Amino acid sequence: MRRVMKARRSLAVLLLAGFGAALLPLQVHLSAEAKVANLRQGALNLDLRERIGQMGFLAALSGFRSPLAAFLWIEVHTAWENTEWGRMAGLFDTVTTLQPRSLLYWDMAAWHMAYNASVAVMQDEKQPSEALRIRAQRQYFELGRDLLERGIRNNPDKYQLYLQLGVLLRDKFEDHCGAAEAFMRASEFPDAPPYCRRFAGYEMAKCAGRERESYELLKKLYLEGDKQRLPTLINVLRDMEKKLDIPAPERVENP
Amino acid sequence: MKSLQGTWAIGWNTFTELVRMKVFYFLLIFALLIIGNSAFVAKFSFQEQFQMLKDISLGAMSVFSSILAILATANFLPKDIEDRTIYTILAKPVPRFSYLLGKLAGILLLLALSILLMTGLFLAVLWLREHNVLSETRAQLAGGSAEELAAALKEVTDSTFNTNLFPGIAIIFAKSALLASLTLFLSTFASSGLFAILMAIAIYFIGHLQSTAREFWMAGGDVHWWSRLLASLVALLFPDLQAFNFVDNVIAGVAIPTGLFLQTMALGGIYVAVYFFLAAIVFAGREL
Repeated sequence: MRRVMKARRSLAVLLLAGFGAALLPLQVHLSAEAKVANLRQGALNLDLRERIGQMGFLAALSGFRSPLAAFLWIEVHTAWENTEWGRMAGLFDTVTTLQPRSLLYWDMAAWHMAYNASVAVMQDEKQPSEALRIRAQRQYFELGRDLLERGIRNNPDKYQLYLQLGVLLRDKFEDHCGAAEAFMRASEFPDAPPYCRRFAGYEMAKCAGRERESYELLKKLYLEGDKQRLPTLINVLRDMEKKLDIPAPERVENP
Repeated sequence: MKSLQGTWAIGWNTFTELVRMKVFYFLLIFALLIIGNSAFVAKFSFQEQFQMLKDISLGAMSVFSSILAILATANFLPKDIEDRTIYTILAKPVPRFSYLLGKLAGILLLLALSILLMTGLFLAVLWLREHNVLSETRAQLAGGSAEELAAALKEVTDSTFNTNLFPGIAIIFAKSALLASLTLFLSTFASSGLFAILMAIAIYFIGHLQSTAREFWMAGGDVHWWSRLLASLVALLFPDLQAFNFVDNVIAGVAIPTGLFLQTMALGGIYVAVYFFLAAIVFAGREL
């Protein structure tokens, strides 16, 4: 009887390997389809293992990335309350590695770094050197930009991070050409709000060499109707008309 | 027909036995976790609150259903043999196959009901939180334009419920069903429930790396022959549990294409059938 049992166990293992081989094409096909649908997460690296510890890494490997990211986000909040900006930057890296498809984490992380941490270090009374305060501030701007750019690489099919990148480049870097490009990219998505194109037009107006493009875009928006005829748009359009010396008959009428 | 009735009787008996073992108490922990979580994260923005509620609830659903599938299944055969109840059942005209099928059906029923209850609880908490945030938003924008209010309310509703959550939850069930069937197979030759539990947990972790091993094996490349052999064994003998790991992305708002969802559910069904078939082969020859 024992021999029969042993033979059955061996048969089961052989059949298991046979079924495994038969299922391989389906597994490969599903894996490829999941990758196309952006449903397959990137591989975890050893750097993450160092940051979240062995248990955390094991949990992440076992399919519990999202709860782990949520718990770390609570830690982020605690670090924020204690104004531990360096610790927050590290936690943001971990959370976004665990949940790279969550726009909220990228957006909030970039906002904290570029808007909160940068202001806090500029007002840091413990640092008497203004030059060093400015340097620290710029580093936090860069961290914010880096987070948004990495977020975009992980979510190229969503407009939100392009929009936030445009806002950051406009407000913190005064890089109007870069901001115009980011707003333009955001506006290309069908679900993007209509102000993305207006923002792109405003920034192009400040980008040397793109004034004509800005004028044409803003005029096109103006001709779309009342919804686009906002005071800022009309003012920028008028400025462009003057700057480009547009003949009077071609200029927009007074609304 | 009689055999089917017998299977159903065993299945129902298995289900009621599990219910009597008070396994549903874990739902209390689940409830505490999600209700406690929503109270604790009240200081966060509403987008963060909803994100974390979904992260923790669906993560907990996945953990609890996997643990339940392994623990509930692993003890059945060894316990029935120890209590000698298996002899009473098999002395009647009940084929061993029907006995195993009944056990699996009872466990699958329990898993389905547990996931349904957890889903109900999760959706109720999500709805209540959404309702609160919507009321707050309406109060805050009372003097604003109707367009502004509509946009703000849309932002709230967009970040709470999305229909993609349902395929995600269905895939959690498929994964737990796979684990139940796998544990049943292990328990047919396991000498104790503990052995089956440990083996199932080990396979659970290896299964999440199966796709990595498979890709490594199939990519070829200049590696040691024994590395490729090891990778091929992992790829052939273990289930691909990463194939059922969509929850993280579903929470982030990524939609599961219908074709992919149906094929993943089918893969789950195939795994359940394969492990059950193997369990039946081993159990048919087992000395009782």
